[in-house]
Amino acid sequence: MIAYLLRSLVQAALVMLAVAFIAFSMFRFVGDPIASIVGQDATLKDRQELSRALGLDDPMPVQFARFLANAAQGDLGLSYRQGRPVAALLGERLPATIELALLSALLALVVGLTLGVYTAIRRNGLLANVIMSASLVGVSLPTFLIGIGLIYIFSVELRWLPSFGRGDVVRLGWWTTGLLTESGRKSLVMPVVTLAFFQLTLIMRLVRSEMLEVMRTEYVRFARARGIPDRVIHFRHALRNTMVPVVTITGLQLGSVIAFAIVTETVFNWPGLGALFVQSVQVVDVPVMAAYLMFVGLVFVVVNLLTDLVYLMLDPRLRSASAAPAR
Amino acid sequence: MSTKRFALAALLAGATFLTAVSVEARTLRWARSQDATTLDPHSGNTGPNHVMGHNIYEPLVLRAFDGKLQGALATEWRVLPDDPSTWEFKLRPNVKFHNGNAFTADDVVFSLKRAMQPAADMKSLLVSVEDVTKVDDLTVRIKTKGPNALLVNNLTNMFIMDKEWSEQNNATQVQDLKSKTENFATRNAMGTGPFQLVSREPDQRTVMRRFENYWGRDAVQNDITEIVYRPIPEAATRVAALLSGEVDWVQDLPPQDIERLRTAQGVRVNTGPENRPIFLGMNVGVPELRSSDVKGKNPFADVRVRQAVNGAINRDAIQRVVMRGQSQPAGMIASPLVNGYTKELDTPPKYDVAAARKMIADAGYPNGFSTTLHCTNDRYVNDEGICQAVVGMLGQIGIKATLVAQSLRVHFPAIQRGEYDFYLLGWGIPTFDSHYVFNDLYRTKTSSAGTWNGTGFSDPELDKKIDSLNSEVDLAKRNATIAEIWKQVQASNVYAPIHNQFIAYGMRSDFDIPVDVENTPKVRFIESRRS
Repeated sequence: MIAYLLRSLVQAALVMLAVAFIAFSMFRFVGDPIASIVGQDATLKDRQELSRALGLDDPMPVQFARFLANAAQGDLGLSYRQGRPVAALLGERLPATIELALLSALLALVVGLTLGVYTAIRRNGLLANVIMSASLVGVSLPTFLIGIGLIYIFSVELRWLPSFGRGDVVRLGWWTTGLLTESGRKSLVMPVVTLAFFQLTLIMRLVRSEMLEVMRTEYVRFARARGIPDRVIHFRHALRNTMVPVVTITGLQLGSVIAFAIVTETVFNWPGLGALFVQSVQVVDVPVMAAYLMFVGLVFVVVNLLTDLVYLMLDPRLRSASAAPAR
Repeated sequence: MSTKRFALAALLAGATFLTAVSVEARTLRWARSQDATTLDPHSGNTGPNHVMGHNIYEPLVLRAFDGKLQGALATEWRVLPDDPSTWEFKLRPNVKFHNGNAFTADDVVFSLKRAMQPAADMKSLLVSVEDVTKVDDLTVRIKTKGPNALLVNNLTNMFIMDKEWSEQNNATQVQDLKSKTENFATRNAMGTGPFQLVSREPDQRTVMRRFENYWGRDAVQNDITEIVYRPIPEAATRVAALLSGEVDWVQDLPPQDIERLRTAQGVRVNTGPENRPIFLGMNVGVPELRSSDVKGKNPFADVRVRQAVNGAINRDAIQRVVMRGQSQPAGMIASPLVNGYTKELDTPPKYDVAAARKMIADAGYPNGFSTTLHCTNDRYVNDEGICQAVVGMLGQIGIKATLVAQSLRVHFPAIQRGEYDFYLLGWGIPTFDSHYVFNDLYRTKTSSAGTWNGTGFSDPELDKKIDSLNSEVDLAKRNATIAEIWKQVQASNVYAPIHNQFIAYGMRSDFDIPVDVENTPKVRFIESRRS
């Protein structure tokens, strides 16, 4: 178990290094940061001096090594766009993204599981068919359109929910949350639903097809023949055996929801990391982009690790295999 | 929120019950695609920063919505009669900073010198300044390196901060990206302006409250007591927030939404020309175009080809179709407010495809030639659409242009390095003087001039004339030189002017905010519409 964790950590470090390296080699194609730092009056000489002072003239490997050396000392530099420490900037944005991602993952999991089980059990029912058709919309409509559509219905026409921002937030230490104020909760509704929509339909369809598969297996038929109540068969025997693929998908999706909630955050002007990244790319804010991509690498590594641990809990066979001495 | 607003109203009612002004609190919720990058007034020389600065800070002189120069912290200014290299500014008496400190000449000397520090982007506007000195508490002199008749035009966004506050808070140095820590002035501010900073969350929300001891309080024509500035980058969200009544004013309305919003209930749209001509540049300096099938010579080096390009562009069609009426076709790179502008020069070249085709044949290219047109896709109103239209129009005279549309972060540096054969550019003219156009777009490229001249155009005689504008103090003589230069550069046809773009403000109908020609609207000049 400990060896397994250590191996994962080494892997994590390598993944993050690779991500940072690829990111760095791509930055110069995004454009020249100087163009957005100075105004149109700056002379060529001023521009060249600033470029040299920021080390942008150095070859890419040198810039990369400098970034790593500083990052190892906990110094991520100042944002070119805002003149503020990058670590503080990311720390400020993190709670908004995590809150949004966790709530939408929760919504997707609970509703997706429920509807998946329901449509599997009542697979010829009218309601089940309506839900299945509606889920096609969720899979095929781009997030951007869902978001804008919700804004026009609930903000512009009905005026029930705010169209942008996070509302009033409450500060708990360094963490901020919108769950404790009314405007904060209202602001969460549409972004959470938008972000959860795709995940939800995915989980629902997955659960449904896995359930249908399991229901056809021999042991379910036996269980039924033995007169075990349907409720127990559905939830204890069938559902539990569908969970491994569902957990894999949910885990992977949680990673991408945290890392790439970019579209949802942009549409709802949600002050999270994704929106920060988009704004940073637009002005080639290299320190923020580099730190953000490292962070994304970290998120995926951690989520994968957690997913593996959940497998161990769900599937006893895996547990005995990993508890055994090295193969 | 409503209780907070009520409390504020009650507070203001208590504070102002002796004066005759309206005591009801009124908030202006203002949205725009971009936030100011910093509140440090001397760090970034960009529009969004100046817009924010004009609420909290004040310069010595500024421009109203119509572009007219007027005194702000200075009441009078002149070049000393016995020394043409020295400007003298008389400062406004009885002005207070938001912290109660008195505004004096020391603050002006401190702020101008701070703006000249190496890390300050505003230094570009003060390169001609040699020294700034205090004469007495309300008089300041600026000594320039040689006479500079137009220095005052460079001061309209040069904000004055409280010297004492800056010293107390370790903000005497301008924000520097090479530093490891954040400068205090990045998120804090201490000026004399009509609003004082309440809170600043970059990219999210900046709240300002009316400064009750503002010297110009009586002249303000509105009852706005609070500004909440919220950057909303996504255009569709910005428009939705206006329609739903969550914001009062959207400063950058997307052009495709203008017509729809004009008919929407409770919303007003104001449009007007921005001081920003849009034009195409042709590279005349390289021996051979990098992107052309013509080898060994440069078609753009022939003035007849450049005239043909100018004559083949249907500017009215671009205005009608691409811009949906939101532009003014142009014949010169200067908007009507710029010193040196004339109606004759600005008459667009005649659109005549037959004549253009003949000219390009006379130049030796009866079958035309190919080239690449470089364009931005994130800077000007419909920039990519303009270029697509131009590509089609040039096809009619045999010029096969391939369009490459990119971000300004790639486009602008390439123009400055002179890497493009044919490109789109727009040029704001903050000094409202032709010299600003000549010096950057037509003058021979050096490390300190001709920065944006990506055409390779170079004429040493013309350079001398352009440079003479810097020091000429006889305005009549200077204007004659400007007219002479315009005649010459217009004949060169090195650029093909397209139009001056319009900008659109969308607002709730209880506001009526005119379009500011510099797009740095000042809230103090907004007139109240509420009955």
